Amino acid sequence: MSFKIEIENLSAWFGSKQVLKDITMKIRENVVTAIIGPSGCGKTTLIRCLNRMHELTPGSKATGKVLLDGEDIYGEGVDPVTVRRRIGMVFQKPNPFPMMSIYDNAAAGLKLNGVTDKRRLNEVVEKSLRVAHLWDEVKAELGKSGASLSGGQQQRLCIARALAIEPEVILMDEPTSALDPTAAAKIEQLIRVLIADYTVIIVTHNMQQAARVSDFTAFLYLGELVEYGSTKDIFENPKSELTEKYITGEFG
Amino acid sequence: MLIACNVFVVLGLMFYEIIQNSLLSIQMYGAEFLLGTKWQPFPPNPNILPSFGALPLIWGTLVTSAIALILGVPLSLGISLALSEFAPKSFNYIISFFVELLAAIPSVVYGLWGIFVLIPFLQTNVYPYLQGALGFLPIFQGTIRGPSILTGGIVLAIMIIPTVSAISRDVFAAVPNSQREAIVALGATRWEKAGIVMSYGRSGVIGAIMLGLGRAMGETMAITMVIGNSFNLFGSLFEPGSTLASIIANEFTEASSPPVYVSALMEVGLILFALAIVVNALARLIIWRSTRKIKEAGMV
Amino acid sequence: MISLAYLALIAALIPLASILVETIFRGLSAMNSSFFLEEIPPLGEPGGGIGPAIQGTLIVVALASVMGVPIGVFSGIYLAEFRQARIASVARFLNDVLTNVPSIVLGIFGWTLIVVAIGWSVIAGAVALAIIMIPIITRTTEEAIKLVPMTMREAAIALGVPRWKTTLTVVLSNAKKGIATGILLSVARISGETAPLLLTILGSRFWFSGFTQPTAALSVAIFNFSQSPYRLIDWPRAWGASLILIFIILVINIIVRYATREKYGWANT
Repeated sequence: MSFKIEIENLSAWFGSKQVLKDITMKIRENVVTAIIGPSGCGKTTLIRCLNRMHELTPGSKATGKVLLDGEDIYGEGVDPVTVRRRIGMVFQKPNPFPMMSIYDNAAAGLKLNGVTDKRRLNEVVEKSLRVAHLWDEVKAELGKSGASLSGGQQQRLCIARALAIEPEVILMDEPTSALDPTAAAKIEQLIRVLIADYTVIIVTHNMQQAARVSDFTAFLYLGELVEYGSTKDIFENPKSELTEKYITGEFG
Repeated sequence: MLIACNVFVVLGLMFYEIIQNSLLSIQMYGAEFLLGTKWQPFPPNPNILPSFGALPLIWGTLVTSAIALILGVPLSLGISLALSEFAPKSFNYIISFFVELLAAIPSVVYGLWGIFVLIPFLQTNVYPYLQGALGFLPIFQGTIRGPSILTGGIVLAIMIIPTVSAISRDVFAAVPNSQREAIVALGATRWEKAGIVMSYGRSGVIGAIMLGLGRAMGETMAITMVIGNSFNLFGSLFEPGSTLASIIANEFTEASSPPVYVSALMEVGLILFALAIVVNALARLIIWRSTRKIKEAGMV
Repeated sequence: MISLAYLALIAALIPLASILVETIFRGLSAMNSSFFLEEIPPLGEPGGGIGPAIQGTLIVVALASVMGVPIGVFSGIYLAEFRQARIASVARFLNDVLTNVPSIVLGIFGWTLIVVAIGWSVIAGAVALAIIMIPIITRTTEEAIKLVPMTMREAAIALGVPRWKTTLTVVLSNAKKGIATGILLSVARISGETAPLLLTILGSRFWFSGFTQPTAALSVAIFNFSQSPYRLIDWPRAWGASLILIFIILVINIIVRYATREKYGWANT
């Protein structure tokens, strides 16, 4: 089993406030890795450092290395735009483009990369919508606005949109927290299917979800990586007392 | 309470008065007024009726407004995108201040500057090259005159920039950040990110453009002073022309007789009034509908 | 690509800089002490000044304000306090329509209403300018009042103060600043208007001689001088008058901007 992403001594700041402290971890390929921890522990900041979105906030800073297939994405001369095409992101609140149709939403990333061949676009759009388990529900109305779908469908559309550019890694920031339980369940099923072709990293504040869905889990507290291991180990046999307290709901 | 109803009174009275005063001309000339091309209040032969054809005026108004939009809108959008997406926030205040100064300068001063600064500049440094490059098009042929339709359009372009850019800037500021994040996560450059913002705010921008159009059509003094005041129809842009507004400004105070002269100018005013109302009503309708659509999609 | 946007910024600011610079230089060279105090000579005659034009502008604007400000402010109060009334929505819409009517059309209206009855006069000009002012003041007043938080009104009402008194005292005193800036901005706006005045006060060379008589004004004077064939004598006068006019308008705008700087977070930068 190889490591898709190796994080080395990653630290991050918002202005003078340090939110990530010297994180080092190796993320395996083709598995689901969950990042859990109480509010404010830095989990969202962590994944936003992985696709170089953290630096978009004015006054933010990050140091350390993040190796994608061995190459540091923060290296000299690396264009963040190319990083984001290999590492995709799905956000907490579904954000399809309301002025575009479902089809165009799915194709948005491809068109950005200059793909104009109609046949290729059609193929990829259908494939991504199928993988996102949305195709059957929308194939008859691909021209409708992206915002006309239900919350759960919108999120699947956002997943399809992210998949369409064929990234290698998918980051998910609390992807189901804005959805009802049925929709959330569908997304969780989808995540388990995705790892055949992708590496998934999911941030969640819902421990049961982490236990259900992930293969590996990392527990963050106040910006530090407290414990990281297989999900089974973390939940059944946590090494750190802090981890155990969090898992059993004593705080957070 | 009742005082607020002043709008009804004013607008109502305006409609009434203007229409009433135009009646004479409407009766005498009918549709010919809109389609006729001759404007001769004092025919050489006293036995002929004066003729009033407004087509060259309508043409002048439309062409100068079109030039204003073609030149002014890209500049305005550039400014509002620069302010909302690219520039550091501290710039925002100072630049907005200067753009608003541009709006505060009275029309007649624009006209003065137009006559004595812009026209000489354009005549020596711009128009000859323009004709050299694009002279194969009929609209760029013929003798180059300073006071001309093209100059009128250029001055109008400068004057609508504050309007269009201020509204567009507000429209862009209202675009939710989640949209920007979504496109950036797909690997968009800063310019592509601006594209999404413009796309989301598309209807608001159209509304802003239409308000700019309304402003351009109603503009009087600056354009009267630089357009040359002659009658141009389908001619070269380097030729002088007139607009609905400029002819009223030029001729109204002298038009004491015959009574149909005043009435004709009134009718010109009526056409201008109607045009301005229609354009502005359309603009507000578009803006209103776009805000409603976005609210319905739950994206606000 | 981004540099294009910055280029647009610069391109738009160049005319502004040019207008200001040219007006200052050409205007200053035309002015001397008599400029402000003497009568306007006929076109082509040297000497004299534009005193009547300054006086005329001040008088017409003052009269217009006396008519327009109360009407505008009360309309704005009504629209803000009775938002739900059906008639309020219609009035608001029509108000917006009125703000976009070309000023020359308003000049025509002033002519048909007043000039036809009593001739070219200060009153006609003031009425035309007032009609320009009213919708602007109505809208800015309404906005200023809307900004006053509900909590403040509720506090007064909870003390048993009747609605109308709440409006007149608590709400108005909180909205004071916003209302004042709206008034100032519209005053600046109408000082520069030319087209409506051309068709109502006609313009004149002499000092004010009665409300029912024509009078001079800076904006009209600028226009007339610019059309004169006597370039060496009259064109500089046009620039001098422009300088004075722009000065008045810019000063008002800068005062207003300075007074509202917290609104834009300027105080923090």
